[in-house]
Amino acid sequence: MTASWRFFRFASPATFYPLAGRLQPLFMSLAVVLAAAGLWIGFMVAPTDAQQGEGYRIIFVHVPASWMAMFIYCVMALWAAAGLAFNARLASMMASALAPTGALFAFLSLWTGALWGQPMWGTWWVWDARLTSTLILLFLYVGFMALQAAIDDPRRADKAGAILALVGVVNVPIIYFSVQWWSTLHQGASVSMTKAPSMAATMLVAMLLMVLAFWMYSIAVAMARVRNIILERERQAEWVRHAVA
Amino acid sequence: MQWHSVGEFLAMGGYALYVWGSVGVCALALIVEPWALRRKHRRLLRSLRRRGATAGARASAVAVEVTR
Amino acid sequence: MRTVLIALRRDLLLAGRRRSEVLTALLFFVVVVSLFPIGVGPERALLRRIGPGVLWVAALLATLLGLPRLFAADHADGTLEQMALSPQPFALQVMGKLAAHWLLCGLPLVVLAPVLGLLFGLSADALLVLTLSLLIGTPLLSLIGAIGAALTLGVRGGGVLLSLLVLPLFIPALVFGAGSVDAQAAGLGVQGHLSVLGAMLALAAFFAPWATTVSLRIAME
Repeated sequence: MTASWRFFRFASPATFYPLAGRLQPLFMSLAVVLAAAGLWIGFMVAPTDAQQGEGYRIIFVHVPASWMAMFIYCVMALWAAAGLAFNARLASMMASALAPTGALFAFLSLWTGALWGQPMWGTWWVWDARLTSTLILLFLYVGFMALQAAIDDPRRADKAGAILALVGVVNVPIIYFSVQWWSTLHQGASVSMTKAPSMAATMLVAMLLMVLAFWMYSIAVAMARVRNIILERERQAEWVRHAVA
Repeated sequence: MQWHSVGEFLAMGGYALYVWGSVGVCALALIVEPWALRRKHRRLLRSLRRRGATAGARASAVAVEVTR
Repeated sequence: MRTVLIALRRDLLLAGRRRSEVLTALLFFVVVVSLFPIGVGPERALLRRIGPGVLWVAALLATLLGLPRLFAADHADGTLEQMALSPQPFALQVMGKLAAHWLLCGLPLVVLAPVLGLLFGLSADALLVLTLSLLIGTPLLSLIGAIGAALTLGVRGGGVLLSLLVLPLFIPALVFGAGSVDAQAAGLGVQGHLSVLGAMLALAAFFAPWATTVSLRIAME
């Protein structure tokens, strides 16, 4: 058997379920270690910013949340496309497993963004390009989850969600470009609340570690959620009876 | 290290509300999410085991009927 | 091409027998637009500033109102399935339906908008740009909206869900559509905005019918 055949062995929910169970604690541990390191460097080692004081430290959670929100959407769309193209249930289940975490990160990005904006710019919300795009991204996530929740037949939900995710992922750069344009048109290039302070090396390292931490976390949580989805959807299967005993 | 006391660290140069409001909510969310998933997992296992038990009982009852 | 025209003619005929539905969406457009001056006050300068945005948003909402009707009736009586099974390409028949939808829902908005723009005290030049932007924009909205309508065909809570799915996708059109009128007011060239709008329309005209057809097949299996 070639290596690729052995890889496709895991395309069945039955074989993936135990694998996901083993991967989940591994990735969660990685996440915790990376977060500890990132937060330590970010809060203990990185210096105070000249303009924003200690308030800038919010970027150590805001920026990773924003990146993950965007990244997860792309990965989700990829899994959904694979599920559609190969008619593979498990790929579609992965897409569905990723969505809530992506939405959560989008929300956290907005929340931390607001808390960053208030002391810096005096308002709880600034209609700048990045925040507005993140808000729209949140709408796209919620739309995906709502569509899947509204359709009873799981395979139809998978495929409809896939089309929506693909349409969404094509639109994301268009939306981003449009909002960027709209933002410069109405505010001028001066106000960009997500313009990070000129970054000292320690700040960059801390931010990178936090991004990796959030990434590992996302994988861990996706593993856990996909296991739940597998159990729900495959509950009639023989192997499930043995797996839960 | 630049913090001269725990109090100074917590105060975050006056930005405590915003910094800890951000980090705190993130930490909360990233703890609640896996916890909720674990709770759902346990509930699923419980309900599947219960169903498996009754199905097994039913199956063996049917088997008894058939062999009689 | 004949397939497209046949489907187009059929939808127009059917809509002609149910004129009230078409008129309701138009009336909605007028009412929504009228609400804004009542809500923000009649100060002329303010209304001139918000006019293009309000008219564009109202156009979005009016389009949204007409979308469920695109496939629902045909799906309910089985005609849609017949279309899918027929020897004519399904995608072409869908394109015919989309064209009909625009003629019935989009084009009237384009005609009404300059009239309503007078309520906001927009200048003749602004009205021209507004009409042009809607002329390019409303087909774009119909195309994008059709994908949403196909995905939510027969789904619980369809109308509201459709809005949730489609409104974020409408945003680029809104930005450049309303933006073109603002650009005209600021004395900047409108060609940039209208070109981008046109490019988005071309892209959508290429991909949306295909995506809609695939979504319809998924909805009907």
